[in-house]
Amino acid sequence: MDFNLSDTQRMLEDTAVRLVRERYGFEERTRILASPDGFSRELWALFAELGLLGIEVPEEHGGIGGQFQDLAIVLEAFGRGLVVEPYLPTVVLGGGIVGLAGSEAQKTDILPRMAEGKLMLALAHGEPKSRYTLNHVETRAVRIGDKFKLDGAKSVVLGGDCADLFIVSARSSGGTLDKTGLSLFLVERGTPGLEVRAYANVDGTRAAEVTLTGVEVPETALLGPLGAAYPFIEHAIDRGIAALCAEAVGAMAALNDLTLDYLKTRTQFGTPIGSFQVLQHRMVDMTVALEQASSLAILAADRASDPKSSERRKAISGAKVQIGKAGRLIGQESVQMHGGIGLTMEYSAGHYFKRLTVIDRLFGDVDHHLSRFADA
Amino acid sequence: MDLRYTAEELGFAEEVRSWVKANLSPSTRDKVLNAKHLEKHDYVDWHRKLHERGWVVPSWPVQYGGTGWTTIERHLFEEVLTEEGAPEVISFGVRMIGPVLMAFGSDAQKGHYLPRIRSGEDWWCQGFSEPGSGSDLASLRTKAVLESDHWIVNGQKTWTTLAQHADMIFCLVRTDPAAKKQMGISMLLIDMKSPGVTVRPIITIDGAHEVNEVFFDDVKVPKENLVGEVNKGWDYAKFLLSHERTGIARVGRSKRELERLKHIAKTEQVDGVPLIETRAFREKIAALEIDLMALEISGMRMLAAAQEGKAPGPEANMLKITGSVIQQRLSELMMEAVGPYALPFDPDARELGWNGTPIGPDYAAPLAPDYFNYRKTSIYGGSNEIQRNILSKAKLGL
Repeated sequence: MDFNLSDTQRMLEDTAVRLVRERYGFEERTRILASPDGFSRELWALFAELGLLGIEVPEEHGGIGGQFQDLAIVLEAFGRGLVVEPYLPTVVLGGGIVGLAGSEAQKTDILPRMAEGKLMLALAHGEPKSRYTLNHVETRAVRIGDKFKLDGAKSVVLGGDCADLFIVSARSSGGTLDKTGLSLFLVERGTPGLEVRAYANVDGTRAAEVTLTGVEVPETALLGPLGAAYPFIEHAIDRGIAALCAEAVGAMAALNDLTLDYLKTRTQFGTPIGSFQVLQHRMVDMTVALEQASSLAILAADRASDPKSSERRKAISGAKVQIGKAGRLIGQESVQMHGGIGLTMEYSAGHYFKRLTVIDRLFGDVDHHLSRFADA
Repeated sequence: MDLRYTAEELGFAEEVRSWVKANLSPSTRDKVLNAKHLEKHDYVDWHRKLHERGWVVPSWPVQYGGTGWTTIERHLFEEVLTEEGAPEVISFGVRMIGPVLMAFGSDAQKGHYLPRIRSGEDWWCQGFSEPGSGSDLASLRTKAVLESDHWIVNGQKTWTTLAQHADMIFCLVRTDPAAKKQMGISMLLIDMKSPGVTVRPIITIDGAHEVNEVFFDDVKVPKENLVGEVNKGWDYAKFLLSHERTGIARVGRSKRELERLKHIAKTEQVDGVPLIETRAFREKIAALEIDLMALEISGMRMLAAAQEGKAPGPEANMLKITGSVIQQRLSELMMEAVGPYALPFDPDARELGWNGTPIGPDYAAPLAPDYFNYRKTSIYGGSNEIQRNILSKAKLGL
């Protein structure tokens, strides 16, 4: 039983932590959010240079051939810094699903460019009526000769604002809720019939509503097996959840640190407010919640690579529940303990609270995952 | 023991309801019921309508324009207005400085300011909190020094709600730095247009501009604008902060919001099943509705006691704690109800009359922002921690 990081992982952690500390202060982040792109292409190029985009990409495709836990290390550091760059959509979800389901030709085409920072990806799976149900897909794919024609709508596509290439799930057969009959297609931005409505989310990250009206793609755009893509979708999203859990641990740790510091320095009634026992106990509760959440995030990162969904499911859903509960507690309590300043744009506490709230809503909330865990 | 409203009380409520339906502008009503963005004129126009009807200050003594209604009638009046989508009358004039002036102000102040509060001509804001004085309000440092016939005020107030619209501010200022902190505070009435007054917006994490910092640089305030006696301001502040506080539970608003939550939960679907029919969510709504029922009856018991002339105790503080948490829970469940569509930031969709297409369902845009915004209810008005301190001491003797 070894919870220690390897030497390579420790170096990776140092790199990510230093990057965030030196290049991602709160003022810098505010500036980035206000920019037209809403993220920094300059930093994205730096991520590429540092090898962060190619962590999981095999060496023969221009990456460093690492594993999922290495991604989790980077995400935790990014969580501490509230990094808004589309690392989750491009590297974890997009790169992930291409790595899982892609042919050699597709991987050779896509992964090196992603690792170099030249290609942004977005997984477009969720739909306006699907909520958190992964097998709920109404977008249809119809084969016409040597092409496929796609029609439908995808909602809250993370990274859809800047993606050069979308990985779109569509139903090639079966009814709306069937787990069989699902397929994945590579659709380039600018393909006729593909409409992308980009927007900011409440935490400053970006997404898009994507509509497909008679979008034609060649056969070569099919990613993975026709009508049998569900296991890959489920795996890719489970990995996404594990990644979000790692990010949330970083955010909660930073927020706990910020709040603890405030308790020690803010004085009212002639004393630091941290001298009040009520607040001490509540701060302890936040510390315990973080510890529990971290433990399950570690378990989730460990199981995320397992191709058998039955092995992953309890770890992933358990972690998502724990992160959701802890994120809510730590977010709400941090704001409360900071008083008014916890609610202003000018101070980071409120931004951590917003990010944790968003993470709780992504890929299944606590209720959804309690149910999934119970059924596992 | 009879928990029902009388026939007369219900008849009164219906009279109020008909009047509101006939006089509240449909666009203002739409904005309130759908959590859309309210503008200054929405508040001002409604205040004027109430004033014309003689209903803008129902709880004031009749000699000052009050309606002479019973406590129950006043409660029903507020409830009906809230249910029907009327915007809240800004409390700082009607519920705060008005009663303070009636109790402690000079005849000149009463004669000048009370009519302007009634008519809505003066929009008031509250200058209490400072960056270094939140819960410990008595530690405030904004200073006022008397120089012949003017006070010269220097300092800074914060969290000043809607100061950007205000004409006047009532301010707690330190007039005797040598005295024990509560003993050296006075209350001044300051014109927001005075030279030296600067308002700086504070943008909250939902993107709204609701609160401000107000800076005072050598602001000259006529000495007649002192309320009551010098260095007695803390007494007036305590009076203001404990006067008629049952409304702070916001039962009427929460009942209205519960209906909005149910509407959203009926419309949202989980694979074809309305969210409100899924067990987990249904039970969450039930639990919240039960808490709200309990709060409503607790409030009614306090009102009934007040009706009988029994002096209110610290029980109103209980209502603030519970009421604030219920408001927060309502905002949280509404946000949960829309699943992933809580993410998009869509401020345009909160503007009435916007012709675009909302991102996701039309009720989604306000939900996450309001969840974030409503974290304030356990912080403002005396934080819930302070409320517990007060109850612990005053009610439990601990």
